[in-house]
Amino acid sequence: MTTLIDAPPGDTGGILPAARKSSGGGLGQYILVRFLLIFPTIFILVTMVFFLMRITGDPITAAMGGRLPADQLQERIEAAGYDRPILVQYFEYLGQLATGNFGRTLTDNRAVVEMLTTYGSATLELSLNALVVALLVGIPLGMLAAHRRDKAPDAVLRVFAILCYATPVFFAGMLLKLTFSVWLGWLPVAGRAKTSSELALTSLEAPTGIYWLDALRSGNMAAFADVLAHAVLPAVALGLLTAGIFLRLVRTNVIGTLGRDYIEAGRSRGISEYRLVTKHAYKPALIPIITVMGLQIAVMLGGAVLTEKTFEWKGLGFQLANYLTARDFVAVQGIVVLLAIIVALTNFIVDIIAALIDPRVRY
Amino acid sequence: MANPDVPLPAANPRAPLLRRLPVISHYTRSVGLQRGMLVAGLVLTGAFVLTALFAPLLAPYGYSQLSDDDGNFPTQQAPGGKHLLGTTVGGYDVLSRVIWGAQTAILVIVVAVAMSIVIGVVLGLVSGYLGGWLDRILVVVADAVYAFPSLLVAIVMAIVISGGQSSLAGGIFAAGTAITLVFIPQYFRVIRAETVRLKAEPFVESAKVVGASNIRIMGRHIYRNATRTLPLIFTLNASEAILTLAGLGFLGFGIEPSSAAEWGFDLNKALADTTSGIWWTGLFPGMAIVLTVVGLTLVGESINDLNDPRLRGRKSAAGKVTPGPAAAGPGTAAHAAIETEVRGS
Repeated sequence: MTTLIDAPPGDTGGILPAARKSSGGGLGQYILVRFLLIFPTIFILVTMVFFLMRITGDPITAAMGGRLPADQLQERIEAAGYDRPILVQYFEYLGQLATGNFGRTLTDNRAVVEMLTTYGSATLELSLNALVVALLVGIPLGMLAAHRRDKAPDAVLRVFAILCYATPVFFAGMLLKLTFSVWLGWLPVAGRAKTSSELALTSLEAPTGIYWLDALRSGNMAAFADVLAHAVLPAVALGLLTAGIFLRLVRTNVIGTLGRDYIEAGRSRGISEYRLVTKHAYKPALIPIITVMGLQIAVMLGGAVLTEKTFEWKGLGFQLANYLTARDFVAVQGIVVLLAIIVALTNFIVDIIAALIDPRVRY
Repeated sequence: MANPDVPLPAANPRAPLLRRLPVISHYTRSVGLQRGMLVAGLVLTGAFVLTALFAPLLAPYGYSQLSDDDGNFPTQQAPGGKHLLGTTVGGYDVLSRVIWGAQTAILVIVVAVAMSIVIGVVLGLVSGYLGGWLDRILVVVADAVYAFPSLLVAIVMAIVISGGQSSLAGGIFAAGTAITLVFIPQYFRVIRAETVRLKAEPFVESAKVVGASNIRIMGRHIYRNATRTLPLIFTLNASEAILTLAGLGFLGFGIEPSSAAEWGFDLNKALADTTSGIWWTGLFPGMAIVLTVVGLTLVGESINDLNDPRLRGRKSAAGKVTPGPAAAGPGTAAHAAIETEVRGS
């Protein structure tokens, strides 16, 4: 959720009713309760997605309707079991999910799980790259804005942060492409790597699918440079979206900590203003960043879908966009449910990290 | 008798009504840079609203017009001449589609935000006030949806409502509803938290003692006090609604070009143009999105900052500069009053 309201320091970013009630519990108990909360979250999302997607009718009509004669359509619907009562289908679907079976796509008949292993690493790579860009841009600029509060640099940076938020990733990507690929010709237009390096990297033994890692492992520096060149523009497009939010968070929180007594004490001891910002006020201001990181991951995954389509980056989002165009709603449902699980798990991990750093989160 | 009709947290409760209205009271409280940001935001938002209202007068052609008296429009023509911002690959006039797009955007915002406010506020009030198992379930569901990528929620809803393709009314309704589901948890969370807090206030208790019904307490006593932050969330959500609509359009879930103009859909079509160096089909709809969202965000953010004493710029010197004797810095009565008011809301 891209919300521009600054979270107050100490806000966990999520309501955890069960965790809140277990007051006085230790870290172990917190982790356990938080872990158990993953399941209802996933369950609710799966249930919602399933029933919402079925309200309109069966997926086969959506994908093939108009292209097949009515009797053949009916045959396929019956073969796939879509003519049975919805609740029967629902429980069957839950059973399948529990065994790790996410179904097969309608249009090209692939297992959805296999798709995740093929394309998931590409999305992971893109998100990691973007996160690096966001942190490198957001944190130093946020500190600068707080340091020069209400002065010209602050004003410029705040407008920059708003622009980051206001520019849709696909428009930012388009502008970057136009400038750096088409006009200047510095960087490749689209894709993850040249065909030659892609071949070299995918024929490796046990590839991770994260191209720069594979290139480094095999010592193929030419491919590594190629992969990096392809990664720059998508990472910047997606990273800037989050960078603006980090910038604002750091700014607000550094301003908050700069007003504390211990900063005043440091100032009276003659510590330079620069050192106060970079050493003293900076660390406590990072805690809220970690706590909102969970929500940012959701934002990034949503943005990754759009970025991947813009740059033809063959990841989960790119596939999702393709299946949407093909009206293959089994595939769409599979990818959405997978992403729901990823989001729930990453949120769990982020919450645990936040609890390790900041004891107040544990209640 | 409990009287919940406390004045809004404007600067001065005795000021005339006009000066207590949300945006105007914020304007009078602002100084320097913050006032500049608020004014810039209001100007951009105003321009957006006016463009949407007067689109039929401003646009040189219709949004789906492909020809005029001189024959068919050329395709992919560079800006200039009869087509100020050029034409698209399909032969549409870019300027006209950008202008008409404002109308689509504002309709979607109105539908989406109105529906999510109504549903979110009602659910938040009921859930927070009644508590119990209903509250628990609603909170878990809202959290689950809130944590999920909003674009994906919107995609699922768009599939549900229209199967992805639609006419103007259907498309606006589909996009609006898709965005609604994303926003309900936000309103729900805010209103619920406020309701839980207000439930313990003495005026609610006295209303109970006098025998007011639950519905009356929720609808009158708590509602009035819990909805103070809504203008802020409204402006922030309006900008997010535009971005979500554009994202849906970019993925091909937009409204067909023959039934309305939609910026995200135009950007989708423009994506293929970029590699051949055709910039005008994408740049202008994109700029329209950016300027509109910047305008709405500036307004929302200025209101947010002005409501938060930690962030509000001070009218006179404070902080590093030595405050003069007359400075109304922290500690003066006026400042303290505003601070408690804002903290309380």
